[in-house]
Amino acid sequence: MSKLIIRTNRCKGCNVCVTFCPKKVLALDTLGKIYAVDEASCIQCGQCELRCPDFAIRVAPKEAK
Amino acid sequence: MSQPKLMQGNEACALGALAAGVRFFGGYPITPSTEIAEQLAEQLPKVGGTFIQMEDEIASMAVILGASLAGKKVLTATSGPGFSLKQELIGYAAIAEIPCVIANVQRVGPSTGQPTSPAQGDVMQARWGTHGDHPMIALSPWTVRESFDVAVKAVNYAERFRTPVIILLDEVVGHMREKVVLPADNEIEIYSRRQPTKSREEGYQPFTPEADLVPNPADFGTGYRIHVTGLVHDDTGFPSGSPKITEQCIKRLHEKIDCVKDEITHYDEFFMEDAEIAVVTYGGTARTAYAAVEEARAQGKKVGMIRLMTIWPFADKVIKQAAAKCKALLVPEMNYGQLVMEIERAAAGQTKVVSMPKYNTEIFTPNEISGAIDQLLSEVAK
Amino acid sequence: MKDYEEYFRTNRLPHIWCPGCGNGIVMKSIAKAIAKLDLDQDKTVIVSGIGCSSRASGYMDFDTLHTAHGRAIPFATGVKLANPELNVIVITGDGDCTAIGGNHFIHGARRNIDLTVVLFNNNIYGMTGGQASPLTPTSKKATTAPYGVVDRPFDPCQLAQAAGATYIARGTAFHAAQLPDLIAKGIQNKGFSLIEAITPCPISYGRRNKLGDSPAMLKLMSESAVPLTAYGKLAPEQQEGKFPIGVLHESHFGEYSKEYSHVIERAEGGQK
Ligand SMILES: Cc1ncc(C[n+]2csc(CCOP(=O)(O)OP(=O)(O)O)c2C)c(N)n1
Ligand code: SF4
Ligand code: SF4
Ligand code: SF4
Repeated sequence: MSKLIIRTNRCKGCNVCVTFCPKKVLALDTLGKIYAVDEASCIQCGQCELRCPDFAIRVAPKEAK
Repeated sequence: MSQPKLMQGNEACALGALAAGVRFFGGYPITPSTEIAEQLAEQLPKVGGTFIQMEDEIASMAVILGASLAGKKVLTATSGPGFSLKQELIGYAAIAEIPCVIANVQRVGPSTGQPTSPAQGDVMQARWGTHGDHPMIALSPWTVRESFDVAVKAVNYAERFRTPVIILLDEVVGHMREKVVLPADNEIEIYSRRQPTKSREEGYQPFTPEADLVPNPADFGTGYRIHVTGLVHDDTGFPSGSPKITEQCIKRLHEKIDCVKDEITHYDEFFMEDAEIAVVTYGGTARTAYAAVEEARAQGKKVGMIRLMTIWPFADKVIKQAAAKCKALLVPEMNYGQLVMEIERAAAGQTKVVSMPKYNTEIFTPNEISGAIDQLLSEVAK
Repeated sequence: MKDYEEYFRTNRLPHIWCPGCGNGIVMKSIAKAIAKLDLDQDKTVIVSGIGCSSRASGYMDFDTLHTAHGRAIPFATGVKLANPELNVIVITGDGDCTAIGGNHFIHGARRNIDLTVVLFNNNIYGMTGGQASPLTPTSKKATTAPYGVVDRPFDPCQLAQAAGATYIARGTAFHAAQLPDLIAKGIQNKGFSLIEAITPCPISYGRRNKLGDSPAMLKLMSESAVPLTAYGKLAPEQQEGKFPIGVLHESHFGEYSKEYSHVIERAEGGQK
């Protein structure tokens, strides 16, 4: 299960989520759209979703262990 | 029928609005309209309605529009400078199709002008005061009793056509006291605002016009979650930059009023059957004109009179007919000559149109109008 | 608790705002506050003025009213008074609220009418391309202040307090976790509430004032915003360039529509 849900069509490439991700999970692609470079490191802290101005990135609900 | 009562035009206007179902008034004091606000401050809460004095006329206009969207029949009242301040939001009401009534008791302008003196100088502002293309309904009473009736009509038209309606009083009618008999409640025809007939699921769109070209946007709080904006919008209510939608939107606003133009054009004709000349008049001035015309008739002069209650949309047909049969039309107005321009346009050169402006704070005397009638009669006899 | 996106008209997204514009963050915070309080979506009305921020009403799935420039508060006053059971939230920009709408703002506060005003403060006129607003700080640049703003900005929170608002809070787009709570408390207050939400306008304000991109502007907010109690402990020279956030003021006074309902009771009963 992926930890992040990305709606590329909404992303405007502002770099906000990239800047505030504590684990350097995110990056902008050559088209200026967000993608996860290292989803494995994601701790699902929610910082990216919290400040995304475009509702383009959501953190998936944590899977029950 | 109720007992005859002595009252002012302003008071009758307030009571008419109340009888038509107005339950919300927002206003800002200004002479000579203040009695309307004072009357409603007293009466509205007695029937569960709301009166609020706002910080200025712009806010007064805004507050009634908000209340109208939340389902109330609404009124504001003002004069000259306040009418100027309301203009932007009158345009808002026109494009967003929000029912509302604005009573403007005209006084001498421009600016502070002559605050307590009568005038009819806002006739063109009533039509064109806000920017852009939009239709307008404006009604002007000439008696105290008619101030009541016009208020009822104004509220009904505002609700039925979802448009701003202006009551053009003047200081003469607004402050005049007459004994009047008001109609009983069951004699008053009241239009209740239409509600949506479909649900959102059934494809309801708030600004889709019905057969009468008037849409049915739902009142706020009824579960439709509509969007209202002053931007040009499509049937969904959301803004559209499309030239086609823009054209449709502005065209329909006009057509919804154009298609009922005859029905809402109210006027009286007096002694018109064989009239050689006619006085075309409205509001307080029509009272003096009537006295002069009546006297002329008593002396056997072939003079008629057309008294317009509906100022906008303009009574083109009526004037055109009069122009076809009369040798001249005399237009006394308490301004520098405003409605006379429309009369000239409607007469289209078929007859002579004579402007009789007066703008010195004094109302016309019957003698002045009689004099003008006699002069005109002698001119057309040549 | 409903998901905040359930309060959006998602078919209208993506929104019109520039990349990095903070308006989306503040709008999301309003939706989260509504979710938190579980307000009836059919009994909640969003009223906005004119400006970039005021476009938010079009994206929110309620009865929404996008009014004229500066006039959101008196429109909202009419909605609330006509139907006091409605929750009425006002979205306004700094120019909309404190310049052209300044008089309505203080009178709304004076009446203590039950509106929750969320002021999207980006320190500039965004929509018209970067002219100075009454909240542009002194000496900052704007297209109409190419040499820097000469006059002083308002503190809208102090203004609202002096005018009689009964709940006042300030937050920022950086502190996006706190903002929904500040807004929710404002909605709960039965009276006039102001939440000043400081938000980045990288395009019309940040760029001209060399404040960097949106992430840089958000970082600056994280450095200059200080929780109220901590702010109070700072020495005056330490307060320079900083501002307090959190709930700044709470007081009690009769709410207008409630008070007017008593007028109706008295009048209906024939009393004065
Ligand atoms: C009566 C009127 N005057 C001027 C304008 C032009 N105008 C549109 S938005 C705006 C300023 C918006 O600035 P602000 O309220 O700070 O909102 P922002 O765009 O920054 O969110 C102005 C001056 C207008 N629409 N109406
Ligand atoms: S949830 Fe946290 S760790 Fe994961 S991508 Fe977002 S900010 Fe980075
Ligand atoms: S914050 Fe949102 S819009 Fe900005 S880059 Fe990240 S996902 Fe895209
Ligand atoms: S101009 Fe500024 S406020 Fe307007 S959308 Fe762009 S960034 Fe946002």
